Amino acid sequence: MIEVKNLTKRYGTHCAVDNISFQVDAGQILGFLGPNGAGKSTTMNILTGYLSATSGTVTINGHDILDEPNEAKANIGYLPEQPPLYLDMTVREYLDFMFDLKKCALPRKKHIAEICKVMKIEHVYGRLIKNLSKGYKQRVGMAQALIGNPPVLILDEPTVGLDPNQIIEIRALIKSLGKHHTVILSSHILPEIEAVCDRIVVINEGKIVADDTAANLSAKFSEDSRLQITVAGPAKETAELVASIPGVEKVSILASKEVGTCALAVEVAEGADIRRDLFTRLSQKNWPLLYSKTTAMSLEDIFINLTVGQNGGIK
Amino acid sequence: MSAIFRREFRAFFTNPIGYVVLAVIYAFSGLYFFSYNLAAGYADLSNGVFSMLFLITLLAVPFLTMRLFSEDKKQKTDQALLTAPTGLTGIVLGKFFAALLLYIIGISITLVYAIIIALQTTPDWLVIFGNYLGILLLGGLIISIGLFISTLTESQIIAALGTLAISLLLMSIDMIPSLLNNAAWITTAVEFLSVSTRYASFTSGLIQYDDIIFFATFQALFLFLTVRVLDRKRWS
Repeated sequence: MIEVKNLTKRYGTHCAVDNISFQVDAGQILGFLGPNGAGKSTTMNILTGYLSATSGTVTINGHDILDEPNEAKANIGYLPEQPPLYLDMTVREYLDFMFDLKKCALPRKKHIAEICKVMKIEHVYGRLIKNLSKGYKQRVGMAQALIGNPPVLILDEPTVGLDPNQIIEIRALIKSLGKHHTVILSSHILPEIEAVCDRIVVINEGKIVADDTAANLSAKFSEDSRLQITVAGPAKETAELVASIPGVEKVSILASKEVGTCALAVEVAEGADIRRDLFTRLSQKNWPLLYSKTTAMSLEDIFINLTVGQNGGIK
Repeated sequence: MSAIFRREFRAFFTNPIGYVVLAVIYAFSGLYFFSYNLAAGYADLSNGVFSMLFLITLLAVPFLTMRLFSEDKKQKTDQALLTAPTGLTGIVLGKFFAALLLYIIGISITLVYAIIIALQTTPDWLVIFGNYLGILLLGGLIISIGLFISTLTESQIIAALGTLAISLLLMSIDMIPSLLNNAAWITTAVEFLSVSTRYASFTSGLIQYDDIIFFATFQALFLFLTVRVLDRKRWS
């Protein structure tokens, strides 16, 4: 449905998007994840034909965005980072205008009424857009993207400015849209991407650093599993004891809240399971194990791992 | 094209700039009609009303066009326009004709003046027709220049001042040869480019093909350049 090949965008010497390629199949919801300034919006602007790429190609539903711009654009509904609203128009006038601009062939009244119902903007239909709150502006922007029922939806941070209830509503909406549309969604909010998307592309400094499902990403990283334990015993000695267990790579002492106990973070070699050893050794010393938890990396940890630090990529 | 045309035309009246430009055209052409024609009892519209309209057009049209693309850039509504399956030419022409229609509504007040004169005496209709054609072509030219300049900036003020500067240059271009000892090639170039000389021949009822072609060509050129500037974003 969407095919991006070797896309590069340079602004002078600054490389905003650096040779990225990916493909999105029909009916997939792709999450575009990255810190601010990673190149998410630039990529989306190129996908929709608003900006040019320095090199590389974008094909939407078989139409190249440069060679057949109108055919490609007819397949896309786009919600940019800042919704493209004419503040001097009412919601009704604006949606009518966008309907005409997109040369939409569906029955006008029925189609716009349906969209307004889905986006819950019926009761602000006659109001000037400049008088709407940020959340409603965002919804009108989203409504505009849905006009014409385009097979591809590109949504740049669709939940920005919404209150928590609205965020949940919009996420559910995007999920339901994903049944009939191909969706690319950008965000720097991890739970959002995790909740909505089938597939996640992590982008940092213009490069793709990971491209997989949420479950696979977690699995890949949980190999470096860690163990967090609390023991009723002296901190230093306990740490030394734990470090002597075969398979333990690193032990660090954490701050403990309870007097007379110590908390340790234990990093374990790949595939090793030290839990039984740990129990027997501690019980020999009569230092009771109060708490133990394996911490697989959450998506949040993975994200930080991928986007902070020098090497960045998956090893 | 028609969606953009309708939106932009309406916007002239939701942002009061359309009313203001119309008011300026009506007030000053009316003042000149009253003093040159009604009070002086003179039937010729060319010297009073239409030479004033020449000035009003050059000074007021920049404020009509200043918003057209710069505001889209600033409010990021150009993202909706440029990602819609509409050709750039359609977008540019939609905005051009919206401004042109408002301008035509402004200058058509002179029809009322012509009718008032026709009630008293028989006016020279050919001269009046020449005047209309001249002021229409002139307005179209300034609108196309203003449209082009508004694509270059996000600031309405810079767009207005830039267009105004070109208007003033067009007004004062005739004095350049005398400053340069009337060098032959400069005189020829300025005579070719002199909008006021070409406009003056319309106001005397002289409708010449080369004048019409001059205005039409430069309008087309600036509209073409406007499309190119918008398209540049997609290519460079």
